[in-house]
Amino acid sequence: MTVLLLVPPLLLPFAVHGLAGRALDRLHPVAALRALTLTAIVLAGASVSALGALVLTGLLALPLFAPLGELVHPLHTPPNALVLPVAAVATGVLTVSAWTLLRSALRQIRAYRTARRQAESSPAAGDLCVVDSPHPDAYALPGRPHRIVVTTGMLRTLAPAEREVLLAHERAHNAGGHYRYLLAAELAAHCHPGLRRLRDAVQLAAERAADEAAATAVGDRRLTAQAIARAALATRAAPSTRPDFASAATTGPVPQRVAALLATPADRPRSASWIALLLVACAAVSACAAASGVVVFHHEVEVAQGEAQR
Amino acid sequence: MTEAKDERRPAGELEASVMAALWAADGPRTPGQVQADLAVDLARTTVTTTLTRLHDKGVVGRERQGRGYAYYPVEDAPGLTARRMHSELERDADRETVLARFVARLSSDDERVLRELLESGEQ
Repeated sequence: MTVLLLVPPLLLPFAVHGLAGRALDRLHPVAALRALTLTAIVLAGASVSALGALVLTGLLALPLFAPLGELVHPLHTPPNALVLPVAAVATGVLTVSAWTLLRSALRQIRAYRTARRQAESSPAAGDLCVVDSPHPDAYALPGRPHRIVVTTGMLRTLAPAEREVLLAHERAHNAGGHYRYLLAAELAAHCHPGLRRLRDAVQLAAERAADEAAATAVGDRRLTAQAIARAALATRAAPSTRPDFASAATTGPVPQRVAALLATPADRPRSASWIALLLVACAAVSACAAASGVVVFHHEVEVAQGEAQR
Repeated sequence: MTEAKDERRPAGELEASVMAALWAADGPRTPGQVQADLAVDLARTTVTTTLTRLHDKGVVGRERQGRGYAYYPVEDAPGLTARRMHSELERDADRETVLARFVARLSSDDERVLRELLESGEQ
């Protein structure tokens, strides 16, 4: 029973990315950003709880650990031949997750600190920090105060009107607090491999939201699309020290953003609310299953401890 | 004289736009040239005021040119530190960092699709 309840939280993250793609197509980018991030957090939490419950079940099934749990009766679980391998796998997955999560968190902090130091020592005008480097690059740097970091390589690539698009785009990231969504999705992606694609969807939603805000600010969708395409092509042309892992099999996020800006913004189709509802349902099923799994497991432990009646 | 519609933008945004234009330019620029370099519609006096403010902050330098000044972005010792740290960041910043970058890396397919999109849009 317990083990069955723990299956949905572990499998749903693999199923949700199809829904994520549709949410990006149908929902307003800001709504998609919020819905997808929330889904990622809930699914990650549910999957970690499910794995944790499996690990504990396995531990308490071992004669070595049963006394530590103050069990007076044997724990009512499926046969050890099933529980022990499952628990062993769960332990492995949790350990790897915790390790990559920690490593990613440390890397984020380090990158943020370096970026912050860099911004503080660069000439600042308003919220803009210019870094003298031929490599075209630009990013929003959250903090007090928010900053926009742009390299001279990027500034020289863009036409004057396109520079306004870039500034408006990065300001939208900072004003919308997008880094919070990106960070949450990044950490969630380390909790379950199925959530990596959801993280990519969250990143795309954040960029789309900033693109739309920039298009509104400069009042020209086509110009916005052009600025993004030009910046991306310039990045491509510049020699880079970073290894290129980008797979050529799928269309990457930049062409999708440009295409979305060039398309006439249509009225949101009616299916939009269904997509949002399905995402919520996915998250709810996962969370409920994990919660009931943990509650049932807790009850089983109390029974085994002689503190509750079956 | 045209109505300057962007006159009411916050001072910080004006400074950012002017600074971006100075960095994108090849050499020192007069207020008139900066005004022409900007996509936003600003009065010459606004550009001059913004340039003066940036000069007071020490982020741009200026030199005499005719009856006025020509302005250029300042890159001093802190600027050099910034460049060193930038390469440091570049090494670190693989696709996993959450800094919202303007554009992600492109695959060769992406590049082809982008060029097609731009061409189809220009027709």
